[in-house]
Amino acid sequence: MANLNEAASPPVFFEARKKVFPRKVDGVFRRLKWVIMAVTLAIYYITPWLRWDRGPYAPNQAVLVDVAHRRFYMFAIEIWPHEFYYVAGLLVMAGIGLFLVTSAVGRAWCGYACPQTVWTDLYQHVERAIDGDRNAQLRLERAPWGPAKIGKRAAKWGIWLFIAFWTGGAWIMYFADAPTLVRDFWSGQAASVAYMTVAVLTMTTFVLGGFMREQVCIYMCPWPRIQTAMLDEQSLVVTYKDWRGEPRTHGTKRTAALIDTSAGIQTGTAIGDCIDCNACVAVCPTGIDIRDGAQIGCITCGLCIDACDEVMLKLDRAPRLIGYATAIDTSLAQRGLPAVVPLRRLFRPRTLAYFAVWSAIGLGMLFALGNRTRIDVAVLRDRNPVWVRLSDGSIRNSYTVNIRNMEDRPRRMEVAVSGLPGAVLWNEATPRGTETKLSVMADADQVIKARLFVAAPAAGPERSDAVFTVRALDAEGGTAHDTTVFERPEVEEHE
Amino acid sequence: MVEQRIDEKTGTPTVGHEWDGIEELDTPMPRWWLWTLYATIVFAIGYAIAYPALPGLTGATPGVLGWTSHGELAKDMAAEQRRLGPTRNAIAAISMTGLLGNAKLLHAAEEGGRAAFKVNCVQCHGAGAAGSKGYPNLNDDDWLWGGDIDAIHTTLINGIRQSGNDATRISQMPAFGRDGILQPAQIQNVISHVRTLSGLEKPSAASRAGAALFAQNCAVCHGDGGKGNRAVGAPNLTDGIWLYGGDRATLTTTITNARGGVMPAWGQRLDPVTIKMLAAYVHSLGGGEATPAPIPAPAQTAANGKP
Repeated sequence: MANLNEAASPPVFFEARKKVFPRKVDGVFRRLKWVIMAVTLAIYYITPWLRWDRGPYAPNQAVLVDVAHRRFYMFAIEIWPHEFYYVAGLLVMAGIGLFLVTSAVGRAWCGYACPQTVWTDLYQHVERAIDGDRNAQLRLERAPWGPAKIGKRAAKWGIWLFIAFWTGGAWIMYFADAPTLVRDFWSGQAASVAYMTVAVLTMTTFVLGGFMREQVCIYMCPWPRIQTAMLDEQSLVVTYKDWRGEPRTHGTKRTAALIDTSAGIQTGTAIGDCIDCNACVAVCPTGIDIRDGAQIGCITCGLCIDACDEVMLKLDRAPRLIGYATAIDTSLAQRGLPAVVPLRRLFRPRTLAYFAVWSAIGLGMLFALGNRTRIDVAVLRDRNPVWVRLSDGSIRNSYTVNIRNMEDRPRRMEVAVSGLPGAVLWNEATPRGTETKLSVMADADQVIKARLFVAAPAAGPERSDAVFTVRALDAEGGTAHDTTVFERPEVEEHE
Repeated sequence: MVEQRIDEKTGTPTVGHEWDGIEELDTPMPRWWLWTLYATIVFAIGYAIAYPALPGLTGATPGVLGWTSHGELAKDMAAEQRRLGPTRNAIAAISMTGLLGNAKLLHAAEEGGRAAFKVNCVQCHGAGAAGSKGYPNLNDDDWLWGGDIDAIHTTLINGIRQSGNDATRISQMPAFGRDGILQPAQIQNVISHVRTLSGLEKPSAASRAGAALFAQNCAVCHGDGGKGNRAVGAPNLTDGIWLYGGDRATLTTTITNARGGVMPAWGQRLDPVTIKMLAAYVHSLGGGEATPAPIPAPAQTAANGKP
């Protein structure tokens, strides 16, 4: 208590965001970020427009989440709701893939591929185009509101909103036929959920990319927490090599010291490579000082590496005063030993284990996809009444047979019942005869309900198994069967 | 003991708790988080004004938008009626046999009939239309008044034994015992004969005596062979289905006092479309016959393996 009271100001319960104005930078990692941004955005915007011919009975959009008809299309693969485990498998693979990437190359997802990073990066480029670089942005921020500032803010926010709108607009294209949806959207005929989705995503993109930015990573996203728990001594983290850089000094002293050391004369105290120019801090999109060490705010985007390398190059010093390094490499370097060979670091038990699990799930799903039947049957027995006595004294049971035709074409199928001596099978369309099978037409990509009647002699066990077999009658063939029960009256009414 | 202090390294106050030397920083919350809280409060106030919210003794504040769950339901019901309109109109316009040829409309009619059946018919025929003693099972292939869809439709509209309706299904079995037409011993002989018709008993002296009585008293409606007559609703006595029961005691009651079930004339209670849908539903239960109703083909006697 006493200590707290000695503090100059009372405790702050809420803290305003300290705005970050990252400076423009060029370098290897910046160029890598450009490429990844271009690729990820291209995938996002172009994918819904890819076409894939599935014939007349299914949509021709390569990637489509058809919520209305409960189908998920991805190129040659069509997923039905009951096959959702494929989607679950993909999600598990995505999760383990993140583990794999984290154990192999650290928080690369955060720094390069995360949508929050990509869109924030895009928004910052817009910001620089309108407001200028870091210093101009700082000046404008401090400037009073006037025509120029209002104009610039309007232009910036306008472009941000435009990008945000296209972000939401592209999202809905995954859920309906894209060309049709664009026409419907602009003529006001699209479903209200489409407009609401676009509105919500426009606002979230605008707010998260324009204003929240690093706050999302630091306060809202669970992933940095999980990743901090996953990092180990072999994980790549952006490292300020303090054994090289410290003690940091300003430029002029640094030059003087250089002359002395090059002459081989050790005069005064040792001086590090860091000239405390703050370039690494100025370019950081999350506003941290990497020289404080690894921290949750570091998304390992590598921009400080580019900034520091620029400075080191000018000073004719070795680059990578800041660089990607593992904790083991760091401790080796501090003792003047060479770093671990990267391949040995990549192929260590942990990465191999993740890769094994990841590829096992992937291969398992591919195998299951290749072997799945596109025909299925489920039989529901009528339970009210359980049985019906017919005028000839035989007993009838009624069944609702759900036949699932997962191919994108109508197929004629034969339904047969077996396991019941003396049984006959018929339905409303084909009058009762002596057959134990009949044929039905299964519509393309549909579940059809066929109500079937089975009659068997009254003499027999109270419950006996009945097997319904469905067989496709086209060249491709395929069968499915389901076992159900045929019921007879409990006790014969007659003497 | 709670001892708060300023952490030297970060300059942030600690919460004051300490676990084996581990302390927790009291890092301030981001300001936007506070704004989010305020925004939810503002939303809640707006919501309470716009929608029913604040409870009183007899009800809640109505809300300026006038929204009620009853109103929502009425709107949904009206929308549902509009949605069903075209289908109902199509069913109204089509003949019963035409309906059988239109698979999509027939399916809609059967589902509509299923719903109407649950409201109007289950009281006697049961939820599964399996009937009970005196109330026909509509799932089987035995029909008193005809099992093609037009016959079922007619039966539904006009009912059974409804006075004041010329088209109603009507017939009257004499109360042979009560009115003294047959003596109790004669009735037992007739029962013996009737039970041999469906194989429940083997021919005997009693049944041979009963056969003569049957020819004199019963054959006029039930036919010489006891196969019944749908024109007068006389049941087929040779099949395995008994409306009231085929045991001797029940048959004694039946012949002594006669039977005559009734059904309301639904034409006076339900709209024509609903009756059509009910006919389609009953026809679909498994015993529906083709139109025009043929005499049912002799059933496979092989399957009828009773002693």
